[in-house]
Amino acid sequence: MPATLLVVAEIADGHLTKLSAEIATLAAGLAASGGGGAVGLVLDPAPQTAATELAAYLPRVVSVASDAVAGQVWAPHAAAEARRLADEGVTHVLVGVTNDGRDVAGLLCGTLGWGILANASGASWDGEKIVVQATVLAGKAITRSIVDAPSAIVTVSPGAAEATELASAGAVETRAPVASPCVPAAIVIDRVAEAGAEASLEEAKVVVVGGRGVGGPEGFGLVDELASLLGGVTGASRAAVDAGWIPYARQIGQTGKVVRPSLYLSLGVSGAMQHRAGMQGSENIVAVNRDPDAPIAEIADLFVLGDLFEVGAALAAEIKTRRGG
Amino acid sequence: MRILVMTKPVPDPAANAERLGPDLRLDRAASPTVVNGNDEYGLEAALQLVEKHGGEVAILTMAPTTGVETMRKALAMGAMRGVLVADDALVGADIPTTIRVLAAAAATQEFDLLLGGLDTSDGAGGAVTAGVAARLGLPLLSAAARIEPDEAAGRVRVQRLSARGYDLIEASMPAVISCTQALGTPRYPTLKGIMAARSRQITTLTLAGLGADLAPAGGQWPSRVLEVLPPPSRATGRTVTGAPADQAREIADYLADRRII
Repeated sequence: MPATLLVVAEIADGHLTKLSAEIATLAAGLAASGGGGAVGLVLDPAPQTAATELAAYLPRVVSVASDAVAGQVWAPHAAAEARRLADEGVTHVLVGVTNDGRDVAGLLCGTLGWGILANASGASWDGEKIVVQATVLAGKAITRSIVDAPSAIVTVSPGAAEATELASAGAVETRAPVASPCVPAAIVIDRVAEAGAEASLEEAKVVVVGGRGVGGPEGFGLVDELASLLGGVTGASRAAVDAGWIPYARQIGQTGKVVRPSLYLSLGVSGAMQHRAGMQGSENIVAVNRDPDAPIAEIADLFVLGDLFEVGAALAAEIKTRRGG
Repeated sequence: MRILVMTKPVPDPAANAERLGPDLRLDRAASPTVVNGNDEYGLEAALQLVEKHGGEVAILTMAPTTGVETMRKALAMGAMRGVLVADDALVGADIPTTIRVLAAAAATQEFDLLLGGLDTSDGAGGAVTAGVAARLGLPLLSAAARIEPDEAAGRVRVQRLSARGYDLIEASMPAVISCTQALGTPRYPTLKGIMAARSRQITTLTLAGLGADLAPAGGQWPSRVLEVLPPPSRATGRTVTGAPADQAREIADYLADRRII
């Protein structure tokens, strides 16, 4: 029986996330090459906009309007919807490597017992079984792994595919939500935004990162200025987060966010393996550090040996001059 | 409060020596072993909760019998007893099996809160804690940055990390919580703690006691690595030296060439 892939999409600010669009493209490609189907799931109090957006990438989208997910955590409800689609013939479930996506993967795995292939940076078929490529052990190796079964769950990293719209948009089918979540869903009492956390690191084209070298919370002023000049978002190394200079939400690395911007610019980041795991997929890497032996020099396209405050200030001035000229 | 914390022995990320063995599985002999970072943040939070509310912190580990050594580190931090699931049939267990076995083992214990890491530094799948919640049919409070139980009300509140900050979420106990670094820095074991850990009880469970059907026979895991490839090498970069203004110009040229500015 041919495979049917399900993309469990995520929404931010009413719109489909970039990662979900990439996963949809990956799934559509797999369906085309494997002779199977691909369907997207959008679950939200107001799913219409994102469902329409998702249908640009997938032949079929199931749109579920649910008031429950306005006041309860999303993943147990999304897992219940995915479970219903699995009962209807979905063989492979694809989610993003996000807190919500991984919760859905885990809840489904506990419910259905399907194998999980995690952190996919690409996928293909071996017959009717899915094979996934993933970076493992904080970037030390790449593996190709298989689930030797007709069904599997795949968590997909950013950049696994470049979001590409279909020639003609897919059909959107609206449905009533499943009666109950797959585990009792926690209620949401409040959603709190922290200062500086408005912009999404994962979606940013430019990420400017401060490390231990910035010396304190005030050192992030320069990082923020460069991020703003470059139309980017501020990130941080674990050392800067552990020191309490910037919220954890800004951390890049194995225990933080994984970013793949077109430009990664760091100031005073040494580049420990744990950090590299979160940024080595960046297209262009520019690192300013005064230590010639900093490990980040090994992967930087441009390693700028110098004082980050002097170079950073000079770079800000240079960008302003070029813009003004 | 009775808090059970799932603690996985993992290669010490600080040693930076993780590698896959010839069988394409993690070579657990290549590296010193520590408690997985996110599990340790959960353990620290559990110890603080029990210090405040009274009760007991126990740890639950699925590992070979050598896992006892790493469990002692968690006991030295202050956990009062351990439960180890060790069985030759679980070597190299995949995620669904790990979920089934940990859930079955947790079900043999009494707890108000079951804590686990958001993910592990070796496998990095990030699915096990949620999967255990599903198997047990308990509420999942994931990506915790703060844990506030209300024993009288039988409920627990968690600050759950979100893309923009955090969501304050609440569920009834018993509940399952996945833990993050945002919970705070774990304590170092004291000498007294290390001494005390030697005499703390570790109960060992096997599949025979939990249900032999939890794992496929003969370690035939459906999920397996087909091949290992080296990471892509980046084109050799160049080092920019000189006066800051000249360095800044060179960076700007580089960015302009790539249409970033």
